[in-house]
Amino acid sequence: MKMAGRFLARLRNPNGSSMHWVAWVVLGVLLATMPWIIGASFGNTWLRILNFALLYVMLALGLNIVVGFAGLLDMGYIAFYAVGAYLWALLASPQFGLHWPLWAILPLGAAVAGLFGVLLGAPTLKLRGDYLAIVTLGFGEIIRIFLNNLNAPVNITNGPQGISAIDPVHFGSVSLARPIDLGFTTLPSLVAYYYLFLVAALLIIAIALRLESSRVGRAWAAIREDEVAAKACGINTRNVKLLAFAMGATFGGVAGGLFAGFQQFVSPESFGLLESVMVLCMVVLGGMGHIPGVILGALLLTLLPEFFRHIAAPLQQSLFGKVFVDPESLRMLLFGLALVLVMRYRPSGLWPSPQRRREIDDVLNTDAPADLPVNPT
Amino acid sequence: MTTQPLLLVSHVCKAFGGVQALKDVSITLKRGEIYGLIGPNGAGKTTLFNCLTGLYVPDSGQFVFDDKPLVCNAPDKTVRQGIARTFQNIRLFANMTALENVMVGRHARLRSNVLSDILRTPFNRREEQATKDQALQLMRYVGIAHRAHDLAKHLSYGDQRRLEVARALATHPKLLCLDEPAAGMNANETAGLRQLIETIRADGISVLLIEHDVQLVMGLCDRVAVLDYGELICEDIPAVVQQHPRVIEAYLGSGAHA
Repeated sequence: MKMAGRFLARLRNPNGSSMHWVAWVVLGVLLATMPWIIGASFGNTWLRILNFALLYVMLALGLNIVVGFAGLLDMGYIAFYAVGAYLWALLASPQFGLHWPLWAILPLGAAVAGLFGVLLGAPTLKLRGDYLAIVTLGFGEIIRIFLNNLNAPVNITNGPQGISAIDPVHFGSVSLARPIDLGFTTLPSLVAYYYLFLVAALLIIAIALRLESSRVGRAWAAIREDEVAAKACGINTRNVKLLAFAMGATFGGVAGGLFAGFQQFVSPESFGLLESVMVLCMVVLGGMGHIPGVILGALLLTLLPEFFRHIAAPLQQSLFGKVFVDPESLRMLLFGLALVLVMRYRPSGLWPSPQRRREIDDVLNTDAPADLPVNPT
Repeated sequence: MTTQPLLLVSHVCKAFGGVQALKDVSITLKRGEIYGLIGPNGAGKTTLFNCLTGLYVPDSGQFVFDDKPLVCNAPDKTVRQGIARTFQNIRLFANMTALENVMVGRHARLRSNVLSDILRTPFNRREEQATKDQALQLMRYVGIAHRAHDLAKHLSYGDQRRLEVARALATHPKLLCLDEPAAGMNANETAGLRQLIETIRADGISVLLIEHDVQLVMGLCDRVAVLDYGELICEDIPAVVQQHPRVIEAYLGSGAHA
């Protein structure tokens, strides 16, 4: 962790001479070669898991806006992921015979998910903490149950069977579902998806970072810290809260659309309460409100359980000669243990935001009285 | 500048259940004035503040500020109209730096929106830089610039009070409402506060002050209003208020003589 921290500090520090650039290049090369290395040494299963990890990074960053930045506990976040996924599924599959392209569906998915964010936000404006958690939890379930039952009287979502044969992500005639011939080499489908998800995740990280240090990001933080004082500072808390719900939902909608294009199949059971809880765990475990921490949380909570799943059975076999505990239940057991340990020893998350002292300008060291600033407006 | 009063409070009533916190209170605040609001505990001073700043909706009566009626129940609009306040129990954004606290105060005066925040347009960059500069200047103005990058919760009590004033000033108010700013301060800090309030007035901002420190109020304020059990019992210059029999009765009980 300390190494990673030092590495990150180097990435951040623009005055860190040439080391700064070296660190960026190393990170870039690592991210670019990752799918090839993993694909070659661990096979396609782990490549798929890596792709899912990137989707969860997007989801966790979206939820982080609501929970981490604005301090609103949302237990039904996966609903927005579902909205994005089903929108893609309905507009690019034989279900309605529609086959819209990516550039049309993804922005629309983001917008519709954002609208659902406002729909959830509007009735919960006066709620906080536990009460808000209950209402948002209900909202998540309502969306899932709707998806499960909207096959009659008019079949829209195809009910519990879900929608299959969804169009894969494609750019013109180049489909990401088949290996892509680049001339000098062929790009396997999973690697192509990795690059697409990486670009989307990086974009979302950039947006989240910019939102954090902006007028609206400060307003969210102010509401999280003290809502009454935020009002007294001239913040329209209603609009700013709705904006947090909408922005967070937008990220979920994008991730959902990519998920549908990647899986080519969606069904209501992918969007259960456990998924919402999982994304919330990523945010809390990583470090609420701290973007690198949330990314770490998302990666860890996607990769570690899979890792346990893969080593649990062989390990028991070699140690005891037979498998005592089913790997699936062991996975949840270890997951629970990890949660308890982290909350006990690092209650603010694995990688919380450092309460950093930024360099203080020389100007600041003088405390000579100044004039009242003239307002430009 | 007109000769019209800055703030007209007329016939404001507010009840909480059976308790009449404000009974038909009317006061007038002139431009450029430091106006004191005093009274025993529970007299309704803070209730009047909360009604004025939009946190409570008065049952009846109205506020006219700067010749325009105030919108009730919309604190953000009140701030836009030019009224800023501090709180009796300091309410800072504890886990944000002092500088960020003051920058939040600029919120209502900024024009960036989410889109320009994400795209970082040149306008957005300029506005952010200007916001930061103004916030720093305000922190120097109240004398706590050296703490700009510390978390608000790590500031000393007196500095937190000053930070709250800086945050309120950042909203660019015409009227600054201070709710017991000297509470818990020692004589030294109170003297510094007094100087700060006088500087603020000299820079053209009127001040409405709730305070228990009678010496501070009588020395600083141009006029003083006294509330008791939600009723206005007198409004005048300090010298007259101090001699007013009902004020003496409210503070010392009946039978006391000045």
